[in-house]
Amino acid sequence: MAPSRADARPVFATGRGAGRPAAARFRAALDAALRIANIVCMLLLVCVFALPFAWMISTSLKTLPETMRFPPDWIPDRPVWSNYADAWNSGPFPKYFLNSLIVSSGILVLQFLTIIPAAYAFARFRFPGRGLLFGLVMATLMIPPQLIFLPVYLMLSDWKLLNTHFALILPFASSAFGIFLLRQSFLQTAGELIEAARLDNAPEWKIMIRIMAPLARPVLATFALFSFISHWNDYFWPLVMTTNESARTLPIGIAKIRETEGTATWNVLMAANVMLAVPVLLAFFAAQRHIIRAFVYSGIK
Amino acid sequence: MPMVPKRLKPYAMIAPALAVFSLFYLYPIGYMIHLSFHEWNFISPEKTYVGLGNYREMLTDDVFLQVLRNSALYTVMTVLLATGTALPLALWLNRKSGFHAFVQGAIFSPHIISLVSVSLLWSWLMDPEYGLLNGLLHWFGIGPLKWLNDPGTALLSLVIVAVWKNLGYNTIVFIAGLQSIPPELLEAAALDRSKPWTTFRRIILPMLSPTLFFLVIINLIGSFQVFETIAIMTQGGPVHSTNTLVYYIYEYGFRYFKIGHASAAGVILLVIVGTLTLGYFRLLSRRVHYYG
Repeated sequence: MAPSRADARPVFATGRGAGRPAAARFRAALDAALRIANIVCMLLLVCVFALPFAWMISTSLKTLPETMRFPPDWIPDRPVWSNYADAWNSGPFPKYFLNSLIVSSGILVLQFLTIIPAAYAFARFRFPGRGLLFGLVMATLMIPPQLIFLPVYLMLSDWKLLNTHFALILPFASSAFGIFLLRQSFLQTAGELIEAARLDNAPEWKIMIRIMAPLARPVLATFALFSFISHWNDYFWPLVMTTNESARTLPIGIAKIRETEGTATWNVLMAANVMLAVPVLLAFFAAQRHIIRAFVYSGIK
Repeated sequence: MPMVPKRLKPYAMIAPALAVFSLFYLYPIGYMIHLSFHEWNFISPEKTYVGLGNYREMLTDDVFLQVLRNSALYTVMTVLLATGTALPLALWLNRKSGFHAFVQGAIFSPHIISLVSVSLLWSWLMDPEYGLLNGLLHWFGIGPLKWLNDPGTALLSLVIVAVWKNLGYNTIVFIAGLQSIPPELLEAAALDRSKPWTTFRRIILPMLSPTLFFLVIINLIGSFQVFETIAIMTQGGPVHSTNTLVYYIYEYGFRYFKIGHASAAGVILLVIVGTLTLGYFRLLSRRVHYYG
């Protein structure tokens, strides 16, 4: 988009500009007005996304009667911090938190262990069936968990793995998207480096770990961000695969508060919601560029 | 090193990943298709073969037909609004300044938080008695609306939530697409004194078409699989007005224990998602403007 004309001109007619014809002054004023209007519109747009979060925080600090005022107030009379304690004590939250951590990091570690060698093999070896196998991997990109949860549930039930961390980790132990992304990066790595290492008789795994993986670090970091946040947030899979507290994750725990505390205790619910959402939002604003890149990449499958 | 292991090495490196995919993605598809031809309540040791019985039962079930209609309606509305609004937003916000980055970050932020957060937050915003939305409408002298509690507005309310969540993502992907248009093209158009609308129609839109196709297809597929907001906000109600495919499969599997019936619905979802994906790749392969 071309920058607006106002960028190149003084916004208000000053000493010299005052001598200009009225038409020019009018244009300058119009440009300035448009520029301000543009900024105001952008701020309004920000409000559409910021106000719900502000409302969440405001509600989390209200007393129950305060949440039942209409029209609603924005500022509670006196902030009620105990809502947070009530939310935290309404279930085994340290356990949920730990489960979330185990599941999200377990998935990430296994994904690294499976996608790095696979991506390396697809990028650096020629072997019969390579195209077919790569096609097979890519085909799984089109199979979302929502499509296959029922048969996978039955399988995991047969193996007595429901309500364990394994049920939440194993199905995601590899990632077609990760293989795709990493293979691209490996393909771009200079072949001479690898040839030199091969001439030195370096074993293949050493080339992979010592040369290729460090060069692909930005891609690995991008993938890690995407994978960790996605599984940290996931509600669907843990909901389906768990029926008790032993492996339940944080999002399930938060959603369950509605059952334990009653549906209308919005102040406690929003306090719980703040605990779930705000750390992620803070991380997002701290590393906005990287996180946006990770998620935009993830779409470009 | 001996020859044979060396030749097998790439296979060994791929094997762990392939094992995961075969076990948890490919095999379950076959298993689901197999189950869809049977009647089974999950507990009894016997699975009874019923042929196409489950499909016949489903296609004559009014609730299922409504579920299909709901899914289609939800999907079309979400995709039209979430991609249709994102394009003008992207054209508007596509600039590299700190303030623009801030605005882009703000509209992207709902995309990275859990759907649980989004669902709880919007349940409260849309509360018919004390919710903020009715508070704002009251200010303009409108309302109060019943949002999720009215069969007439419940599905539309879920569409609003989905658009709020996905708009930022779509906008950012469009902006990435806009930034990959070679600047020479736009400069040439400016030199030719091409009108903004002509530049948009003749240069920007064709160059952006792969991005547009991509967004439309992932929004389509994503919307057909909507589950979280429905499970948390409406449980498919009121009176099935927000019951959609994945929620229907979930209920038949885990509440009614009709595994065969749920699997048949799963196969139908598979066909829909598969058709959309294949259609996308056919379209892509015919396009020349693709710059991966």
